[in-house]
Amino acid sequence: MISKDEVKHIANLARIGITDEEVEKFQKDLGAILDYVKELEGLDTDKVEPTSHVTGSENVMRDDEVRRKTSAEVRKRLMEAVPKKKDGYVKTKAIL
Amino acid sequence: MGEKETQRLTIIEAHEKLRKKEISSRELTEGIFDTISQQDKELFCYISVDRESALAAARAADERIGNGEEVGMLAGIPVAIKDNMLALGYTCTAGSKILENYAAPYDATVVRRLKEQGAVILGKTNLDEFAMGSSTENSAYGPTKNPHDTERVPGGSSGGSAAAVAAGECIYALGSDTGGSIRQPASFCGVVGLKPTYGAVSRYGLIAMASSLDQIGPFAKTVEDVEIIFDVIKGKDLLDSTSVELEAQNQKPKFQIKDIRIGVPKEYFIGGIDPAVEKLVRKAISDLEKEGAHIEEISLPHTKYALSVYYLIMPSEVSANLARYDGIKYGLSESEGNNLLDVYMKTRQKGLGDEVRRRVVLGTYVLSAGYYDAYYLQAQKVRTLIKNDFEKAFERVDVIITPTTSTTAFRLGEKTQDPLSMYLSDIFTVSAPIAGIPALSMPCGEVHGMPVGLQIMGKWFDEKTIFQVASFYENLKNNA
Repeated sequence: MISKDEVKHIANLARIGITDEEVEKFQKDLGAILDYVKELEGLDTDKVEPTSHVTGSENVMRDDEVRRKTSAEVRKRLMEAVPKKKDGYVKTKAIL
Repeated sequence: MGEKETQRLTIIEAHEKLRKKEISSRELTEGIFDTISQQDKELFCYISVDRESALAAARAADERIGNGEEVGMLAGIPVAIKDNMLALGYTCTAGSKILENYAAPYDATVVRRLKEQGAVILGKTNLDEFAMGSSTENSAYGPTKNPHDTERVPGGSSGGSAAAVAAGECIYALGSDTGGSIRQPASFCGVVGLKPTYGAVSRYGLIAMASSLDQIGPFAKTVEDVEIIFDVIKGKDLLDSTSVELEAQNQKPKFQIKDIRIGVPKEYFIGGIDPAVEKLVRKAISDLEKEGAHIEEISLPHTKYALSVYYLIMPSEVSANLARYDGIKYGLSESEGNNLLDVYMKTRQKGLGDEVRRRVVLGTYVLSAGYYDAYYLQAQKVRTLIKNDFEKAFERVDVIITPTTSTTAFRLGEKTQDPLSMYLSDIFTVSAPIAGIPALSMPCGEVHGMPVGLQIMGKWFDEKTIFQVASFYENLKNNA
């Protein structure tokens, strides 16, 4: 069973704000899911390779060349989506 | 409500009418918009529609046809796009408050390919938030209703797209499937839906959920229509390095059902399945057998672990993919508080719904130090075992047939309080994306007026055989 403190800690790592009420609900829901997936514990997989990619493709390389320029129009649209900006830069709160 | 002719048209029928100038794309598009205005207040298939740009596309198609141009099958045909794919001129909400005002800065590759064919984009369809859910009840904008019974869910996450096709609010639609999000709603709404092989269709411009599982695919009224759409959207795209060019399918000697070996996995027919659903699926299989198909019972021994594997791998990838919604670059931004951390925490608390936050937290936990080997790595290893089961099975059979879902559409609210029971509604669909194989759902009958779906799974990149078997069954059923 996952503890309330663990839920809070993990939510903090994930940068997800949750209320105290939700901590309890998440504890219950995550507990149920983690119980369900326990069935994998007993499987012998010592000699099994993990699959991260199903069609077996490995790193896909291409020449490092400009294929198309990001148009001024796309740049404008991307910047329009930024909530806070200054002089054409994305603005954030101070980190330090 | 009076049914309009435009509601029932397939792509092929609409194309013929356009070509023979029996109808214009403008009339077709306006007819569909009439249906939308009559029904969509109740059904809520669409999050947004854009009549003006749709009619502009329709005019352009009419002009080309008027000039005697040979146009493609999709020219002038109205389509709905799930609202997790970018289309210029539209917001792309992904069903989330965090992207409520997010304007798509470019077209997804699939949208660009449809536009190049002269498609008429009607609007963006409802979905569970970030495609996480099996009923559309997780949409921040409210649930879509099943057109066959508005007290029931349309399935999800692509519920808006499936319901729009079933209700005649578009001729066809695009959805995305991660654990069943095309096939399960196709089954619940009585339409045809395809999850292509992983890599068959570019994911560029699809809002990522779980990148090793996500695939875009079509919804339509017939198998033939689904194949037409698939042929337009498939293929390598430089902007998605996991996409591949499908080799030109060798035209096998004429398709004959007696050359087809159909596998029926015994693990899919035990426990939990509605007997009336099982009966219809078994009947479909025996109908194919009577026509000469070879039926073979097969075993996929690790398939019972698929849901567990899915609920470890998917949230892990979700937690990484959704880190980008931080209130800084785009989307909702909660800027009260003193520091950057407050912005992150509050933006994500306010902007992301319960199910999304639950999965992000679960994924973060599964990937965290001390748990990685036991959960994530073990899930990836069992993923290999599930894939091996399919490889072995496909040495003996050409396609595998199962029910798409164990029941027909459930009632709104029936499963919202218990996440695990909602997850269990994907039990027959999760294996295909875990193995990466293509799978299609098509109607095979009704139980108490609600549609039942037949799932046909095929070999990697062998969508063709699925289409052949599905078309054969469709004809058989229509002529019965």
